[in-house]
Amino acid sequence: MNALIPLPVLLPVLAAGIKIIIGPRHALLKRAISVVALGAVLGIAVVLLVRADRDGPQAVQLGGWPAPVGITLVADRLSALMLVVSSAVILCVLVYAFGQDGADRDRDTPLSVFHPTYLLLAAGVCDAFLAGDLFNLFVGFEMMLMASYVLVTLAGTMARVRAGTTYIVVALLSSMLFLVAIAVLYAATGTVNMAQLSLRIAELPAPVSRIGEAALLTAFAAKAAVFPLSMWLPDSYPSAPTPVTAVFAGLLTKIGVYGVIRTETVLFPGGHLHTVLLVAALLSMLVGVLGAMVQIDVRRLLSFTLVSHIGYMIFGVGLDSAAGLAATVFYVLHHITIQTTLFLVAGLIDRRGGGTSLARLGGLARTAPLVGVLFFVPAMNLGGIPPLSGFLGKLGLLRAGLAQGGPLVDALVAGAVVTSLLTLYALVKVWNQAFWGAPPDDLPGDPPAARLPVAMVAGSAALVVLSLAYTAGGGPLYGLCQRAAAELLDPQAYVRAVFPSGGAS
Amino acid sequence: MTPSLVLAATGGTLVAAGVVLLLERSLSRLVVGVLVLSNGVNLLILTGGGPAGRAPILAAHEPEERPGRPLSDPLPQAMILTAIVISLASAAFVLAIAYRSGRLSGDDEVRDDIEDMRVRRESEDDVRLRTERERRAVADPSELGAREEPDSDFPGGVPRDGRHGRPGRPRRDGQGR
Repeated sequence: MNALIPLPVLLPVLAAGIKIIIGPRHALLKRAISVVALGAVLGIAVVLLVRADRDGPQAVQLGGWPAPVGITLVADRLSALMLVVSSAVILCVLVYAFGQDGADRDRDTPLSVFHPTYLLLAAGVCDAFLAGDLFNLFVGFEMMLMASYVLVTLAGTMARVRAGTTYIVVALLSSMLFLVAIAVLYAATGTVNMAQLSLRIAELPAPVSRIGEAALLTAFAAKAAVFPLSMWLPDSYPSAPTPVTAVFAGLLTKIGVYGVIRTETVLFPGGHLHTVLLVAALLSMLVGVLGAMVQIDVRRLLSFTLVSHIGYMIFGVGLDSAAGLAATVFYVLHHITIQTTLFLVAGLIDRRGGGTSLARLGGLARTAPLVGVLFFVPAMNLGGIPPLSGFLGKLGLLRAGLAQGGPLVDALVAGAVVTSLLTLYALVKVWNQAFWGAPPDDLPGDPPAARLPVAMVAGSAALVVLSLAYTAGGGPLYGLCQRAAAELLDPQAYVRAVFPSGGAS
Repeated sequence: MTPSLVLAATGGTLVAAGVVLLLERSLSRLVVGVLVLSNGVNLLILTGGGPAGRAPILAAHEPEERPGRPLSDPLPQAMILTAIVISLASAAFVLAIAYRSGRLSGDDEVRDDIEDMRVRRESEDDVRLRTERERRAVADPSELGAREEPDSDFPGGVPRDGRHGRPGRPRRDGQGR
């Protein structure tokens, strides 16, 4: 049954290859292939989650080589949870992209490039979540990043090339730092297998393991856009096509957060650098949300709120307690969904209002009430209005923080509340200006589309429904997150799954 | 395990040089930076594999020619091969971007971000406006508070450029004169 584990990586790659072979024709067939492949990934992810929750971590040794030598894929609760939510989000964004394709064919999105690359991105994301050794994690990151380089500079317009260059340079530099960290850990321990590393790192002298930990955390923090390594994000995301920005905002930064979680639990337990993490979290929250307040473009504003909300996740990791970790896992799931939705809705606003600059928008509540609803629910969710999932995640973080106490943690709790209110302010500003404000007299931009493609609305609406489901199923989901956190803090089961017959140390 | 100092130092130098080149604005230097940096990192991985030895796996089946010399560690070599392929692809992509950028703009520099420039210009405008008002308030105290900011209820500053014809903040500029 463990043969299911590699499929989330293999299926999208196969589908991408088939689509390239088919060539430019048979659009309907290619859409069907994409939907079937990603739907199958979602189904497999759900099966993996059920099995991982019931029987503990599932591992598979690729090629039959035993663990320390071969490549291991592991699906534990955290991996499987991330996989389920990511594949659901990827599928919804794909549906949205179909709607956009039909609406503006050949405008600035070469479809024959977009769809196979998008599938490769999905494969890279799945590989990063399932990787059981650090080097395979690096390969997963690189698969995803190579695809994202193509997607962020799609069609090669001046704005995208400029934004893409910044993005590529930062991504390359952080990847190289990741490789250096792998080299350091390999030189010190002689392995890159995470289960084996978790045992051997504990025996290293403290300075050596701090060097490895700091290098890994810096690499992941650059990918997750934690302040002060966040400056590239609001600069490079907004100019890409809407589906691309949405999936980047939802997933790519969260993979960095996933890396931070793994580093701080399985590899380097004990929270030696938690002061650094907490300070970085506080600064990310405040700097991000202050940046969001001065923006007049909806997409840039959302990019800044993304940076500020990464701070919440790092806060939970920095607490280094089971409660904080559980809240972080819940918050990551919530934020993947909600941030993707908001960027998709920004695309709808663009289409209905003729632009995303607040200076040119107005009166959308009257002309496009459906877009209003689709914006309002996730916006309130991001701001943390009860009973939506953003409130549940923040509540969990604040309770974990208050339980821990201490001056720095108290400052973070206060910072988290302030950030939440300021996020609400920034989003209400968008609401007032774009939806309630009077429409501008003359529109200098593109004329707004008369009606929205069904698929675009359906993709966004499905994600809104998913985010509401987090509230409806809040109790069981939060329980699952708590079990995932407990599993992370006690990597015994993880090690046993990778080395069933012992011999790990 | 004692790593080779020469290899480690060379790797470190290459990484440093690569980072300096990556910080340049010129895209062609950036390509060179990517290549130098990745070579440096590959050397560091090789250093992590310990001292050089006989060919791994294959040499195990050959008769011992020089006894006492162990096999090299094959894993870093496999990792380096993977890393080389990845950095080759990245460098090729950066090269393509540099070419495209050169075709579009005529040079290979990375441009400033337009929105960042707008925020910076507005904050400079605000500072100038405030100093000007303070100066006027000192000269004529009745001026203070007599004129109110046109969009003071909106700290974010949303210039409706479509209505005023000119970009930026024409109302504030006009008020100063």
